[in-house]
Amino acid sequence: MALQIPERIYAQIAAHLEAAFPNEGVGLLLGEANGSHRNVRMMLTFENRFSPDEQHHRYLLTAADMRAGENAAEKHALDVIGVFHSHPDHPARPSDYDREQALPWWSYLIVSVHETGAGAARSWLLVDDRARFKEERVHIQAGH
Amino acid sequence: MATIRIPTPLRAYTGGEAEITVSGDTVGAALQDLTAQHEQLRQHLYSEKGELRAFVNVFLAGDDVRHLKGEDTPLQADSRLRIVPSVAGGIR
Repeated sequence: MALQIPERIYAQIAAHLEAAFPNEGVGLLLGEANGSHRNVRMMLTFENRFSPDEQHHRYLLTAADMRAGENAAEKHALDVIGVFHSHPDHPARPSDYDREQALPWWSYLIVSVHETGAGAARSWLLVDDRARFKEERVHIQAGH
Repeated sequence: MATIRIPTPLRAYTGGEAEITVSGDTVGAALQDLTAQHEQLRQHLYSEKGELRAFVNVFLAGDDVRHLKGEDTPLQADSRLRIVPSVAGGIR
């Protein structure tokens, strides 16, 4: 399993998440899923809709946001293939809360963000029985 | 019969079908029929307590059924439902 992200798009993701620090930032990954390989072609940023006093450890995209994302994907003949969010001053590993709220198939890209900027980026897929996440490789494509 | 549009992440459990025809006079009955047809969907739509998961939103003609009569919302033979997930998470 691998999530391929062009360097240019990853830079946009990192910039959005750094701008949200010390709160969690969030957005959608649009692209193509081809067997176990996913290619990100676009990213969409969204406001974190969780209550402002809890955005330092929570994020929310509403159903309206998701519909907007699905419509944008459809317009470009792509799919929503995943979600990205930041863990401010925490490792890029999913929490139990992430798992409880997750759906299978989507890639959950988590970026650890610190005051100095974006750090490690790791991506996770929920297993069918919802018991855990499994990691997928993140490949940031230099020069793309 | 009513139809339910399935979001992309859950189509792995409907044999890739985006739209499923269901029976039932209410939203709740339609969802029960959906999960009877595709049993693996149940754990993703419902919690262990049998309640619709918080991130599962069901729309009828553009309206969130939570703002109608919830799972008791009546359906017509040509009703079109759409499941739209909201997405949440975070450090803890």
